[in-house]
Amino acid sequence: MTPDARSPRLAENVVHFVRILRAAGLPVGPARALDALAAVQAVGIEHRTDFRVALCSVLVSRHDHLELFEQAFDVFWRDPKLLERMLAALLPKIHGRVGDAQLPQLPARLAQALIHAQQSADSDDAREVELDAAFTFSAREVLQKKDFATMTAEELIEVHAMLAHLKLPLPQIAVRRTKAAARGRTIDLRATMRGMVGAAGAVAPLKFRTRRHQTPPLVVLCDISGSMDRYARMLLHFLHAITNDRHRVHALVFGTRLTNITRHLKHRDVDVALERVTSAVADWAGGTRIGASLAEFNRKWSRRLLGQNAVVLLISDGLDADAGHGLDFEMERLAKSCARLVWLNPLLRYSGFEARPAGIRAMLPYVDDFLPVHNLASLKDLAGALRAKPHRDETMFAHAA
Amino acid sequence: MSPIAHPATVDATLDLLERQDYIADRRLATAVFLSLRMARPLFLEGEAGVGKTEIAKVLAAGLGRRMVRLQCYEGLDTAAAVYEWNYPRQMIEIRLAEAAGGVERSELTHDIFTTRFLLKRPLLQALAPEDGIAPVLLIDELDRTDEPFEAYLLEVLSEYQVTIPELGSVRAQEPPIVVVTSNRTREIHDAIKRRCLYHWVDYPDARRELAIIRRKCPQAAESLAREVVAFTQRLRSMDLFKAPGIAETLDWAEALMALDRVALDPQTVADTLGVLLKYQDDLARLTPDVATVLVAEAKAEGIRL
Repeated sequence: MTPDARSPRLAENVVHFVRILRAAGLPVGPARALDALAAVQAVGIEHRTDFRVALCSVLVSRHDHLELFEQAFDVFWRDPKLLERMLAALLPKIHGRVGDAQLPQLPARLAQALIHAQQSADSDDAREVELDAAFTFSAREVLQKKDFATMTAEELIEVHAMLAHLKLPLPQIAVRRTKAAARGRTIDLRATMRGMVGAAGAVAPLKFRTRRHQTPPLVVLCDISGSMDRYARMLLHFLHAITNDRHRVHALVFGTRLTNITRHLKHRDVDVALERVTSAVADWAGGTRIGASLAEFNRKWSRRLLGQNAVVLLISDGLDADAGHGLDFEMERLAKSCARLVWLNPLLRYSGFEARPAGIRAMLPYVDDFLPVHNLASLKDLAGALRAKPHRDETMFAHAA
Repeated sequence: MSPIAHPATVDATLDLLERQDYIADRRLATAVFLSLRMARPLFLEGEAGVGKTEIAKVLAAGLGRRMVRLQCYEGLDTAAAVYEWNYPRQMIEIRLAEAAGGVERSELTHDIFTTRFLLKRPLLQALAPEDGIAPVLLIDELDRTDEPFEAYLLEVLSEYQVTIPELGSVRAQEPPIVVVTSNRTREIHDAIKRRCLYHWVDYPDARRELAIIRRKCPQAAESLAREVVAFTQRLRSMDLFKAPGIAETLDWAEALMALDRVALDPQTVADTLGVLLKYQDDLARLTPDVATVLVAEAKAEGIRL
């Protein structure tokens, strides 16, 4: 039987495919499904490439969705058995070792979407349960207070989604560039002149300009040593969210050495980005040499990244293998090179936290803000703390010296 | 001043630079040669004080062209970089027209937005030179300005034209020779780099640095020149926060000459180190003991240079 682009079977499959994409997070509604059907009927299904491009052109409207579409397409339209094998591979603990190395790595989101599709297709009576919005909200409330270190896999997924929407308001600083404003401080001669030509003899109104405001560059230095390991994945999601949220964000991670992961994080798709970061960083969950890492940052990167009133976020528990040796010197240089130094410490969640370890005592005198960072609520607090007007204690360096 | 023809080979470029007392390595000469031959802007990046700006000056002198310099800074806008209307003159013109009476509004607009009232800033000067000879345009320290200005430069660097809303586009008859420099205090956008030939200007090696000192400070004693070069080369390998550039080496050589020294000694080094190193942390690392060792090594190495 030759395939026919008008067969109801195909329509069903296309709709099914659209639903999977929607579950995986692509903004594709029923209207898109209709468009997709129309497109498929227009190009026919003789050529796989045509078919793929037709679906892609209708269902993908942003470059960062392309990756997900490609993977979903490959899985869905290649081999009907592949999906099952894929699902089997996702459950290795139950079915034993069935997953083989040939299987492509699917992002968790897509896998989840595929599983749901499979389940609802399998059982007729199992109706799809719409998630109650109120319930989701209350779940969120609980999640927000939970420590990153003690979350189940499903909770993690939800947190990832929340992190993806986290915005980080930095204080805006006035720059030398100006914009037209009714109550500006400087006279806009050019606009006034145009007004004068128009007024021709009458009194010409003065036009004004005022200074523009801009967010300063943000540099994040994130500790990924063994003691920070349980927060590391969350923090990477956080880094990905803020790197893609705004311009001029640079992210570097350190354990025993320093790695700049800004370019790796630039990929819009969070799974691809984290994949690249993982392969680029050589010292996951190892020791910490904060002093040496900061020294490397100061020497190699500070002059390139800390211009234009940059704000530095240092994410570390301050537990240093070198016991703070040479740390105060590097911290002072770092603090002097940036406009604001914010230290985020997950250990701060313990109410009885004292700055005992040598590393922490060496670092504390030089930071402008010292904040906890162990759960979502603390990340939200961070946003609030950053929004507060930056102020530098004049006595900070004098006191430290 | 009449323009001199562009060098025909890399060797000719090396000669041209050397005639202007600029001792370049072959890679830099090749980049300059290609930039002239392909009429593409030359993007020079490197640490402060390695002679990036000097290239533009030397090219201007060597090719018999004027140099137009645009020093970048934060908030640089079209009024400072490209053109500005001469507002006082325009105002007078309007008052005069009103006093005479009977001037049409549209005619007045037409009259006051003409080249007569236009103040040319560096970019426009470079694209529409008074003498008709394309100058050397130096866009210095581009990293100090912000992204919007970079974006503006894209049109200038690829089309060699600027647009003035009241007048229309001004296009260069002959594209200027463009040299862009950056100290890399931030990364310049790829879009700019793509339009340029990129060259990383490194610190000179000992042999070339010695040649530069001989050329620029001919009065310096030969032994002093050798020791100065050996000493600064040592410093650069020391992992300092800011290693001294060739500009600092030259300054230091001149400072030592002003003090009538013909050889290095630890005390003189300690007294004049502020010429070479500009960070307190770096200065603190050069304790008298370290300086003594370095001077001894520099003396031994200086002879072998």
